[in-house]
Amino acid sequence: MANLALRNLTKSYGTTEVLHGISLDVADGEFVVFVGPSGCGKSTTLRLIAGLEETTSGIIEIGDREVNNLEPKERDIAMVFQNYAIYPHMSVKKNIAFGLRSSKMPKDAKEKRIQEVAKILDMVDLLERKPSQLSGGQRQRVAIGRAMVRNPAVFLFDEPLSNLDAQLRTQMRLEIKRLHQRVGNTIIFVTHDQVEAMTMADRIVIMKDGHIQQVGTPAEVYHKPANTFVARFIGAPSMNLLQGKVTDTGVMFDGGQQVPMGVAALKNASSIILGVRPDDLVPNPENPIVSGKVTVREPLGPETLIYVETPSGEVIAKADGRNPPKVGDTVHLGAGAEHLHIFDAETGEALS
Amino acid sequence: MVAAPDIPRASSDALLNVQPARKPRNMGQIIRWLLLFFGGILMVMPIAYMISTSLKWPHEVYNVNLIPDEPTIENYTFVLEDGRFYWWFVNSIIIATITTISNLLFDSLVGYTLCKFRFPGRTIVFIAILSTLMIPTEMLVIPWYLMSQSFGWLDSYWGIMFPGMMTAFGTFLMKQFFESVPDDFIEAARIDGLNELQIWWTVAMPLVKPALAALAIFVFLGNWTAFLWPLIVTNSVDMYTIPVGLSGFGDEADVAWELIMTGAAISTIPTLVVFLIFQRFIIRGVVMAGLKG
Repeated sequence: MANLALRNLTKSYGTTEVLHGISLDVADGEFVVFVGPSGCGKSTTLRLIAGLEETTSGIIEIGDREVNNLEPKERDIAMVFQNYAIYPHMSVKKNIAFGLRSSKMPKDAKEKRIQEVAKILDMVDLLERKPSQLSGGQRQRVAIGRAMVRNPAVFLFDEPLSNLDAQLRTQMRLEIKRLHQRVGNTIIFVTHDQVEAMTMADRIVIMKDGHIQQVGTPAEVYHKPANTFVARFIGAPSMNLLQGKVTDTGVMFDGGQQVPMGVAALKNASSIILGVRPDDLVPNPENPIVSGKVTVREPLGPETLIYVETPSGEVIAKADGRNPPKVGDTVHLGAGAEHLHIFDAETGEALS
Repeated sequence: MVAAPDIPRASSDALLNVQPARKPRNMGQIIRWLLLFFGGILMVMPIAYMISTSLKWPHEVYNVNLIPDEPTIENYTFVLEDGRFYWWFVNSIIIATITTISNLLFDSLVGYTLCKFRFPGRTIVFIAILSTLMIPTEMLVIPWYLMSQSFGWLDSYWGIMFPGMMTAFGTFLMKQFFESVPDDFIEAARIDGLNELQIWWTVAMPLVKPALAALAIFVFLGNWTAFLWPLIVTNSVDMYTIPVGLSGFGDEADVAWELIMTGAAISTIPTLVVFLIFQRFIIRGVVMAGLKG
């Protein structure tokens, strides 16, 4: 096990810089998830850590040792790929043992280690099978087994659940989390799925266009998004963002609605974006932030999502599942002051 | 309510007995079959005549009848007891086997390198290799001969084999097949601590077995039937390969076609064995190759 540090990491392909100075400290045994849309640089960062690509500048440290100039095999890491990368011509056992090929471990110890890993991953009965005889979930477990068998300092997971169906993905998510609790290695996990990030991570690193947008615990990035990108990216459905202008007494929304608000919180911004999560935006006729007509309803059982067309644009709110407003009804929606997020309209950065 | 019209219904028995009228054969299909039939005849007839001639006496060789009037195995006895044929057979086996193994190793090594590594000049190297496919053998034999002469390889195994130890076609075939090996496999092996040569041998090669099998067949057949270069580079009868040796059967006055055909018939046996060993891989290999007749 080891800590990991990235110091001002950049990566360019020709004249195009795709990573612009990534800095991050990952503690020993921490489970960190890199999340972001396609092309944000999360997989590139992972490949730089693995040594599969060379850094343009910056430093990578694993266990307080600079590894920039080391080969992948010398970095004490193991990687699980999106496409499993288990060898179709080898049995499960040989695939797992493959990770120990270059190890100087005695044969008996290797066999013992393979059995241990197979037991942890519940694959003892599958050891003699070929990958073609396994399901998607089992194949992914073999890939994890091959990574585990070497007991590396850092595990790297590159979107390992993307090829699985929704049910299996949920199951494997849980298995990987349990595995982390059991073995306690440092894990860097890359995904584009914010649900995976929220459910698995100790800390989430949200990336966009080669920059880190925010680093924090799942609760922090959900409840205190650093900017509008994070606010929109984390949480499903996305946070409602309403454009408004700062007045003497509060905020005037583009649709003409005036909401009283402590001006000190607005930090001298002339125009702001007010963010409120659909979970927090509920019918509130006494003190509404926005009003409008319901255009679509999405019943989820205990609650119903309602899409409301307001003068400030469409917003999503949550209504009671048993007695939701009908399509065409006019609703007045409000939220507690503690649930309001205020962002600078120009920079998108959080003001409160 | 409107009553349903009284539609006469066929009994279930009658329905069961109805046979759909056979459609007249499509004209296009008939033409396709005829073309295939004549194509098949064209392919098989030379082989049939080869076997037929090998079973004829010399005076009957120029009769076009497929079934010999007086079949004989005398030609087989003569050829098999002839010491020269034995050596030609051995020479051909050695040359075809070594060049096949050499091609499997070197073509796949170069194909893998060109496919999976990025280095300056990679495209130029690949185009240069590929462009050699466009030069006919007849033009290459002069530089080959000069090289053989300067290395002292004339009339030797090396002299016969060296031009075919690695081929542009094989390199191209292997490169195309290695494209289908996902990079993830190679990167995973790299992380697991294998060096590049180990990755090529342990991970990449087993994944392109169909291509290796196809290449083995192509190279073996190509070298087994090679005529022009072995004819030029060899002087002594003991160094001849089967095609070169067989062409010399007979004397100045007359060509002994029955003996040539007998030798040719015997020489098809190893090619059949190679084909039977690798045939389960050949279909995919040929489809992927997409060229080379």
